[in-house]
Amino acid sequence: MRPPDLAGLTLAERILSVRAGRRVRAGDLVVVDVDQVMVVDSIAPSVIRRIEGDLGGRVRNPERVSFVLDHVAPAANVEVAKAQADARRYARERGFRLFDVGRGICHQVLMEEGLAQPGGVVLGSDSHATTYGAVGCFGTGMGATDIALAAASGKTWLKVPETVAVKLTGTLPAGVSAKDVALSVIRELTADGATYASLELHTPDGFTLSERMTLANLAVEAGAKVGLVPPSGEVRERFSVPEWLVVDSRARYARVVELDLGALEPVVAAPPFVDNVHPLTAFTGVHVDQVFVGTCTNGRLDDLHVVADILRGKRVAEGTRLLVIPASSQVLEAAAADGTLSTLLAAGAVLGTPGCGPCMGRHMGVLAPGEVCVSTSNRNFVGRMGSPEAQIFLASPAVAARAALSGTLTLAEDAALPERAVA
Amino acid sequence: MARVWTFGDAVNTDDILPGKYAPFMVGEDRFHRYAFAHLRPEFAERVRPGDLLVGGRNWGLGSSREYAPQALKALGVGAVIAKSFARIHYRNLLNLGIPAFTSETVPDALQDGDEVSFDLAAGTVTRGDEIFQLEPPPLFLQEALREGSILEFYRKHGRFPGEAP
Repeated sequence: MRPPDLAGLTLAERILSVRAGRRVRAGDLVVVDVDQVMVVDSIAPSVIRRIEGDLGGRVRNPERVSFVLDHVAPAANVEVAKAQADARRYARERGFRLFDVGRGICHQVLMEEGLAQPGGVVLGSDSHATTYGAVGCFGTGMGATDIALAAASGKTWLKVPETVAVKLTGTLPAGVSAKDVALSVIRELTADGATYASLELHTPDGFTLSERMTLANLAVEAGAKVGLVPPSGEVRERFSVPEWLVVDSRARYARVVELDLGALEPVVAAPPFVDNVHPLTAFTGVHVDQVFVGTCTNGRLDDLHVVADILRGKRVAEGTRLLVIPASSQVLEAAAADGTLSTLLAAGAVLGTPGCGPCMGRHMGVLAPGEVCVSTSNRNFVGRMGSPEAQIFLASPAVAARAALSGTLTLAEDAALPERAVA
Repeated sequence: MARVWTFGDAVNTDDILPGKYAPFMVGEDRFHRYAFAHLRPEFAERVRPGDLLVGGRNWGLGSSREYAPQALKALGVGAVIAKSFARIHYRNLLNLGIPAFTSETVPDALQDGDEVSFDLAAGTVTRGDEIFQLEPPPLFLQEALREGSILEFYRKHGRFPGEAP
């Protein structure tokens, strides 16, 4: 088949054109093959019921389906244990990949396993499947019915999204992280500013894979269908990037936002919305009951390093608890091997099993009424992490670590911040 | 007659069904009783089949959890009308066969507790002698909805709407 003409197309249009075998533009409807269909434990019962009950039990490419038990891992009650036992059994019977309790958070695991590749299409039964865009993979979240259909047919239907381009230029100041960048982008766009769109995030080449994952992960919080980061730097070194997966200067964008990284400062998303973003200094002195470092947004090794560097030789404040949940077993092992865990434990951190932890309020670490949590996660909605009378501030690992140390929201002293250089 | 339940902007999936009440936490047969448990605790008890939910901007932002609209379906919600919808939730509503209509004006015209009648085929909401017209869904989705849902369409035709046979 002759390759489609990709001149003047956005990254999303390029990926879907190549996949569809014809040139498509924003607004077109396409049905495309899917490289991987990811199912988490909480959705698995519905997906199994759809495949077996509604779709005749046939699965086109079982090797392209992954089950990840991460949302309530280990099981919190008998209902969950039963559902996970069924998911485990079904995945084995059908020849799906199974990532069992403790392996880690779905998006982190799929990236570590190389199941999301530049130029590919990956669907996840979790909205933060936009994370795969960190390597230029068209990753998007869908519900149980769409996911079951994709597993059964090997395909999905998509409206080719228009694109909102965010051009990040300059150099991040010390102590300002990819999380601050992502939250600043959401402040600029608002929670529905990129609805139905592809958010194309043009970063400096020096942005690490982990930083790109943080940016792509939070794209959905601006409503985006995908969050695509053009492959460069570390991603080009570690992945095989198709020659056509490049930014075309003639591409047409619905909107272009330019952000000078040098002008950014540490920010928080204040309750109860992710786009309620303010300078951290607006909340200086707010008492913090719980600090949660983890999730698919900021539970990676570099995040734990930032926290350990700030806490080294010190103790978590009296009256504040620090919960650390590595994003995956690989992160946990690496953090154990390089001494990061010892530093965190010596400082008084509490460790959890790799997985989503209290992020969606189902177990280990839910909040009591009136409590304040600083979380490195991606949502701060009312009742998200337990009591609807609790408050969640979203912040970077550095801000979270500083909150654990002082027991309040506070700006780090420059001297205490790790050196950071992004070209 | 259907009752109108109005909500504001940015009603998220944690509002529609808090994560701790997911079916795999509390059981498939009871999770829907917790719809809007934090936002409108009386909702699940009082909603009647056919009732209309009316929202503002960005209805359904947040999680991909399909059990949020599943809870609405289990309670018999007739349709959701909002100024705009979050993408994943919009797909989920239509996949479950819950009509979802986008309208700039109708949400502001309807009030909580209004008694109305709703005609899906015509896309109209009637209150007294006032008739509010809603825009039909996109053609691709109409093709799917004629078979009941995209799931039904695929089951019957072995392909997606719009895909060459």
